[in-house]
Amino acid sequence: MRFMMIVIPKGYESAAPDAVPSAEAVAKMMEYNKSLQKAGVLLALDGLFPPSTGARISYSEGKATVTDGPFAEAKEAIGGYWIIQVRSREEAIEWAKRAPMSNNEIIEVRQIHEMGDFPEDVQQAAEGFESLPNSAAAKA
Amino acid sequence: MRDIHRTIEAVWKIESTRLIAGIARVTRDIGIAEELAQDALVAALEQWPEEGIPENPAAWLMTAAKRRAIDYLRRGQMLERKHGEIARELEFQQQRLADALDQSLDQVIDDDVLRLIFTACHPVLTVEGRIALTLRLICGLTTAEIARAFLVPEKTLGQRIFRAKKTLSEAHVPFETPREDELHRRVESVLSVVYLIFNEGYTATSGEEWMRTTLCDDALRLGRMLVQLLPGEPEVHGLLALMELQASRTAARRGRKGEAVLLPDQDRSLWDYAQIQRGMAALEQAQRLGGGAGNYALQAAIAACHTRARTAAETDWERIILLYDALLQISPSPIVALNRAVAVGMAQGPSAGLDAVDRLAADAALVGYHLLPSVRGDLLMKLGRFTEAHEEIQRAIAMTQNLREQELLMERLKQIEKATF
Repeated sequence: MRFMMIVIPKGYESAAPDAVPSAEAVAKMMEYNKSLQKAGVLLALDGLFPPSTGARISYSEGKATVTDGPFAEAKEAIGGYWIIQVRSREEAIEWAKRAPMSNNEIIEVRQIHEMGDFPEDVQQAAEGFESLPNSAAAKA
Repeated sequence: MRDIHRTIEAVWKIESTRLIAGIARVTRDIGIAEELAQDALVAALEQWPEEGIPENPAAWLMTAAKRRAIDYLRRGQMLERKHGEIARELEFQQQRLADALDQSLDQVIDDDVLRLIFTACHPVLTVEGRIALTLRLICGLTTAEIARAFLVPEKTLGQRIFRAKKTLSEAHVPFETPREDELHRRVESVLSVVYLIFNEGYTATSGEEWMRTTLCDDALRLGRMLVQLLPGEPEVHGLLALMELQASRTAARRGRKGEAVLLPDQDRSLWDYAQIQRGMAALEQAQRLGGGAGNYALQAAIAACHTRARTAAETDWERIILLYDALLQISPSPIVALNRAVAVGMAQGPSAGLDAVDRLAADAALVGYHLLPSVRGDLLMKLGRFTEAHEEIQRAIAMTQNLREQELLMERLKQIEKATF
């Protein structure tokens, strides 16, 4: 099973565009990342720029409207994520508990859909979807 | 209650390897180390449901295991006391052992985990013993889980693990990383165990399931652990590349009713391209380390040829033949030669393929191997020799124990019958 561990850092919703974590925080995080890697469970990880550099595209009656960040109404924002492969939801939660987070920060653990989880009609609708990113195959 | 047990199980899966490795550094016997770690687990199963899960469950298990290990070491020395040792000396030794254990468990180092892996995959053990011990000690699987994965009774599996531990202890296998001159051979033994686990998951040798993906995931996890522990060994990266590239096809290999779907018929849009990317990166790393001509790296390069083809027809079969040639040079195997013959059939036509297969037919190693008549039947069918093709596929059906593979071959029979009329 694959899980995404989504990091929701405190105050990130209103962080300045050039906000960067401290060297100390990064060092702790690297140690944690290394432990995920050594256990063979880490598939991917990324950190995201603050929402103030992003944009929201909202849809209404077939029309897309773009709003630049920061988003005044947002109470929290995603700072980054890990994707891990583990044997159970409990194992994903145990890994999340070991992350070096500060007071009032949040990690949300969510399972990633595999094709087999979908009902048959959905699987059928997904069949033959040819435009998936094929960069790795094209590059090599 | 059920929830808490599942949490304990999860903690165990994360912590057990380092726990066992740390104890084994002091006891020098992985069988005893595992028993002591298991005792700590039993204590957790008794106490956590009552007292709640401790703040730091890993440290709790470590402490519990340490206490039991010290008890165990003391018991061992009590016996020695009867042989006339002085009490003072004994006390000193006890303290020394306790200190060693404290230190060992406080900082389990990667080398301990590596030693544990090398010991579990030691050549003195039977292949089945190596597989069982690896899944148990490194992947944290229970005996019941391993038994289920390999479709053998739990009792049989339990005996297999017991015998393996006994063999290690009787052979006085040291808990250490092999020396430089031996390292290469021992790494090979570890890699073959990991790949056997992967293959049992990728194409189950028997039963109703065509794949048992949790075994593939366990093997991948081992492969990813190994590239961290042995980053300079090109074949470790080669094996990881091979497994990632093969596993990337998982969703496309199984039809909606659980039936097997072979490479030429797969919907390639269902391949996992993130996984392909990881596989390609691992292959590049193997090649960068100068291991491009290694056994696993070559197999990974062949898998990469399939990955690069957007449709089955675009497959670069000529390149695949060359890679098989290189593979045959370093590890001659009739099964590899059979695969090469398939590639020849694709590149140069069924007649050339059949010639290549027939040159192998006499090989004793292929007797009873269902893919020989299956490949032959395929080529004969393409040549329009339907009666012979029919016979070959029937032979293949009789030789495989996997229901999904049988289904696939039955389907082939029907095609032949349809073509005949």
